[in-house]
Formats: sequence, C-alpha cells, structure tokens
Amino acid sequence: MELLIFYPLAGLCVAFALGVVVNNSPAGSAMSLIAMMLGLAGIFVLQQAHFIAVLQIIIYAGAIMVLFMFVIMLLNLKGSGESASWRSRDKNLLLTVLSGLLVAGVLYKIIAVVESGNFDSPALRPETFGTVRQVGTILFTEFVLPFEVASILLLVAMIGAVVLAKNKVD
Amino acid sequence: MEIVPLSHYLFLSATLFVIGVTGVLVRRNAIVVFMSIEIMLNAVNISLVAFDRYLNLHDGQIFSFMVMCVAAAEVSVGLAIIIALFRNKPTINLDEFNIMKS
Repeated sequence: MELLIFYPLAGLCVAFALGVVVNNSPAGSAMSLIAMMLGLAGIFVLQQAHFIAVLQIIIYAGAIMVLFMFVIMLLNLKGSGESASWRSRDKNLLLTVLSGLLVAGVLYKIIAVVESGNFDSPALRPETFGTVRQVGTILFTEFVLPFEVASILLLVAMIGAVVLAKNKVD
Repeated sequence: MEIVPLSHYLFLSATLFVIGVTGVLVRRNAIVVFMSIEIMLNAVNISLVAFDRYLNLHDGQIFSFMVMCVAAAEVSVGLAIIIALFRNKPTINLDEFNIMKS
C-alpha cells in the first residue's frame, strides 16, 4: 500500500530534480525545484516525519524558493547568463559519464549492503512516532544547545547577507 | 500495511544526490548551481529521516532540521554574494568570474 504511494512520489521527485538540471531558464528550474520539494514533503509524510514534512513546505518550498525567485526576478536573468550554452561545453560528456559511474557505484554499494542481511525490516515503532510533540520534546531537551546555536547561525547569516548585499565588491 | 523498505529510500536519496552533483558539475549558471546544492541537501535529508524511522529514533529528524537551518543560511548568504557579484559584472556565468585570480 505504502509502496503504491512511494513510487509515484519518488518518480516525480527524480523527474523534477532532472528538470532543475536540464531546464534552460532559471525560473523554470526554480519551479521544478518547488515541485520537487513538495514531492519530498510527501515522502517525509510517508516516513512518519510530519514535523519535517511541514518544515519542508514552509522553509524550502516557501521561504528559500521565494528567495530564489526574488533574486531571479531581481537580476532579470531571462536571456542573459549561460542560457543554452551549457549544453555544448567541452567536458559535459565526461562529467555526465563520471556522475553516471558515481550513481552506479553508490547503487551497487547499497544493493551489496542490503543483500547482506535483514536490512530492510525496521524496528517496531510506537503510534506516537514522529509526531510534533515527540520531536519538539527531544529538540528542547536533548538538543537544546544545537537549537540555540542554529539560531545564532541564522542571525550571523542574516547580518552577513545584509552586509554583502549592501556593499559593492571591489 | 506493508511499509516501504529502507533501501528504497536510500536508492531515492542516492539518485537525487547524484542528480545534484551532476547539476553542480555541468551547469554554469550560479543560481542553478545553488539549486543543485539544495537538491543534494534534500537528498541527505531523505536518508537521515529514513534511518531515523528505521532505528526508531528522532535524532535524524532533529539533524535534518539543522540541515534545513544551514541550507537557509547558506542560501541567504549565497544569493547575497551573487547579487554583489552581479553588481560588479552583469553576468552570473561562473566561468566568467575569476576575480580571485592574480
């Protein structure tokens, strides 16, 4: 039953991820990426990670992609930039073959590990697994220091972005 | 109800990660390269959450939460850098940026 939901979602994610890479216009890539993020949110729901799924939609498909679209619109990149020229770069074939080798190697390794034992049978999980309450409790007890550090990181990133975007690079 | 085996999530994660790597290697548009990096981060998140469910922990979800924080920070700073570069030279083709040379 879950597999019936998983395969279409996974296929959609892979297709849209490829769409990000092969699309000629940055706006089209961004749209593909939003679709991929939404598909991934579905996969997170399938994995009982509801909190992460909601965050995926709010942070990625919402905030980050709006930032991307904002910059694409701001720079008005339509027509400028690389456009279609990336398809005819010298080493593209080599790089594609290399990444094909990479994916073949990774899949081979995963298959080897999976075949070597009862890897696929997960532990029994309680009904409350993955609820926001559970994740929040752990986040604010065991991982409260990383959580605070993350907030400092975001503050630093915010200040850095303001400083970088304000001044002209010499 | 039959659940999805862990290996399927790992396959999906590996595939998405390699698509992201390919994007970074092949594309020269700075913004698309950034998006490919986002694909890679998301692929890792799938693995983290899959293992977290497999081992019946919540640590993986917390970790992917941190990954999202880092991704947000990275994107905001990175896009600010792109804007600053664009002001300097009106292109975002990475091959044309060699201001660190010489």
